[in-house]
Amino acid sequence: MKSLAELKAIRDKMQASVNVRDNADDTIRVVVGMATCGIAAGARPVLNAFSEEVAKRGLNNVMVTQTGCIGICQYEPVVEVYTNDGSKTTYVKMTAEKVARVVSDHLVNGNVVEEYTIGAVAK
Amino acid sequence: MYRSHVLVCGGTGCTSSGSEQLVSVLEQEIAKQGLSEEVKVVKTGCFGLCALGPIMIVYPEGSFYSMVKPEDIPEIVSEHLLKGRIVKRLLYSETVADDSVKSLNETDFYKKQQRVALRNCGVINPENIDEYIGFDGYQALGKVLTEMTPDQVIQTIKDSGLRGRGGGGFPTGLKWSFAAANDADQKYVCCNADEGDPGAFMDRSILEGDPHVLIEAMTIAGYAIGASQGYVYIRAEYPIAVKRLQIAIDQAREYGLLGKNIFDSGFDFDMELRLGAGAFVCGEETALMTSIEGHRGEPRPRPPFPAVKGLFGKPTVLNNVETYANVPRIILNGAEWFASMGTEKSKGTKVFALGGKIHNTGLVEVPMGTTLREIIEEIGGGIPNGKKFKAAQTGGPSGGCIPANLIDTEIDYDNLIAIGSMMGSGGLIVMDEDTCMVDIAKFFLEFTVDESCGKCTPCRVGTKRMYEMLDKITKGNATMEDLDKLEELCYFVKANSLCGLGQTAPNPVLSTLKYFRHEYEAHIKDKTCPAGVCKGLVRYSIDADKCKGCTLCARVCPVGAIEGTVKNPHVIHTEKCIKCGACMEKCRFDAISKK
Repeated sequence: MKSLAELKAIRDKMQASVNVRDNADDTIRVVVGMATCGIAAGARPVLNAFSEEVAKRGLNNVMVTQTGCIGICQYEPVVEVYTNDGSKTTYVKMTAEKVARVVSDHLVNGNVVEEYTIGAVAK
Repeated sequence: MYRSHVLVCGGTGCTSSGSEQLVSVLEQEIAKQGLSEEVKVVKTGCFGLCALGPIMIVYPEGSFYSMVKPEDIPEIVSEHLLKGRIVKRLLYSETVADDSVKSLNETDFYKKQQRVALRNCGVINPENIDEYIGFDGYQALGKVLTEMTPDQVIQTIKDSGLRGRGGGGFPTGLKWSFAAANDADQKYVCCNADEGDPGAFMDRSILEGDPHVLIEAMTIAGYAIGASQGYVYIRAEYPIAVKRLQIAIDQAREYGLLGKNIFDSGFDFDMELRLGAGAFVCGEETALMTSIEGHRGEPRPRPPFPAVKGLFGKPTVLNNVETYANVPRIILNGAEWFASMGTEKSKGTKVFALGGKIHNTGLVEVPMGTTLREIIEEIGGGIPNGKKFKAAQTGGPSGGCIPANLIDTEIDYDNLIAIGSMMGSGGLIVMDEDTCMVDIAKFFLEFTVDESCGKCTPCRVGTKRMYEMLDKITKGNATMEDLDKLEELCYFVKANSLCGLGQTAPNPVLSTLKYFRHEYEAHIKDKTCPAGVCKGLVRYSIDADKCKGCTLCARVCPVGAIEGTVKNPHVIHTEKCIKCGACMEKCRFDAISKK
């Protein structure tokens, strides 16, 4: 180890990965429905895409987690985003491809991706 | 990228309750469900709540599973890790309130804790240097070597008010400044990891859970005093700690965090382990260094103090593991931050090993000045089986007993000494009403008699005589004159012994005499043991009115001391009775009593 920069590089790389163990300052919760119906509809790639995207962007305030069946099986994979101001957004028929946009638009910039939400899809 | 981390405790406590097996079953099951790329299993150090082991925490949810068995694993994997349904019946019961799951930090055990020395224990994988770095590891060393002078480092430690956590409570910064002020061609930094107090295991947990913190802190100390070599004197009875510390040293060398020209600063430092063979006296600083030198571990008179002439006759700094564990945080967060915790003369936090008659056996770290009541009743969960708190023993064989009426004492170095005990390394043994204080004093004396190295007469002969007198008291053969002699001998041994072992050995007797003299007198004058512990003084008898003549007691008595016929009251022949208590345990009619 010859410089602080070298140390910092290791630290930054590791922090993205160990951040999952610190849920004290999480302000946004991304919850992926992972019951049998969700998994069958492809929720696992969605869950993993969220984990990777959040880590890649170093979003320390986001917790990516799972839940069981929400009860709208025909819309699976379902993803709910809870923010600490109490609001909840429900995204339906999610795919791994759609994840990047939800992360950049919603989680980073705070703009809900209306076209993926249950309100838009169910019409 | 892993979306979930499963942390399994790999400390000694949980290892002995089967966490190794848990890890292998968990890995198999995760592979079977095809989750190996998504879920990472991490073996960590101690979480502190050893009574509930083996312990497992699943992140990102932070679900705290306790007393996990291998047969529970498939359910946890398929329900929680795959489908996200937390298995509530296996969670630590206190985290499940009504229908919601509480965070661990809201439970009574963790709520009042403040983790500085233990901050990484149970959080990181101790065998992976990258994880330590991920939690700000080696940042303090980098800061010290690139931005600070040795004097600034010492001043920061002085300003923080950090005092030795091994028991003595000597100001750490002052100790470092003495060693720094002595010019020599070679100086040494040593660590006392020869944790020997019965009941104390915080140093072991730090070594097992966060070994890099010790390497970082000792390197900082080396820079501060101008030493290039460190030694860790560690007990051979701590195999997991030895193994992980060695792995950590190897990794640090590989990264160039030990060795030549660290951080391109021109500063060299390396360190080695020395295994102790389990002699209690080697926790005394001069004996410890004599042992590192390869001699028989015996103390020598001070002065000269180690800061002047220590290891191999060179200026040496010797600190305990927990003391070092505070150092990197002080450098990073500043002396003011550390000094803002604790009491006026005792700053920061202290780790206590809770043991004895208490619900939550384990490790707790609280700010100095927390009361004994908070530790025992709130964090520790109180005394089991509805028994009454009688006393707490701190400081191990060098400390004393704190009686129930002093339970609101704020714990710090000076308060404990004022009430006749001492901080020691932080063992805290809780005793309930079934404990005989004379017996406790005898227990600790037996330990010091065993562990006295024999070099000086007051300790070698004095502790033995004290033990004999205590033995006489517990057998009911002593007179009040013996009690006076015992007390006189205590003061003599205290004043004349060569090292800390002998100087503090009478403390358990003196403090119990101070607060529980009536128990000693009951043993001597009335020939009874009020707690019913001392076998020589206990009499078992059968209440003829309550005895139904079921013959069970006569059948369980191993020496045939109980006589009687079916449906007629039985009798115990006291001359034959060995006082094992088997009859009393078995009697269904509460007819047998102990006096």
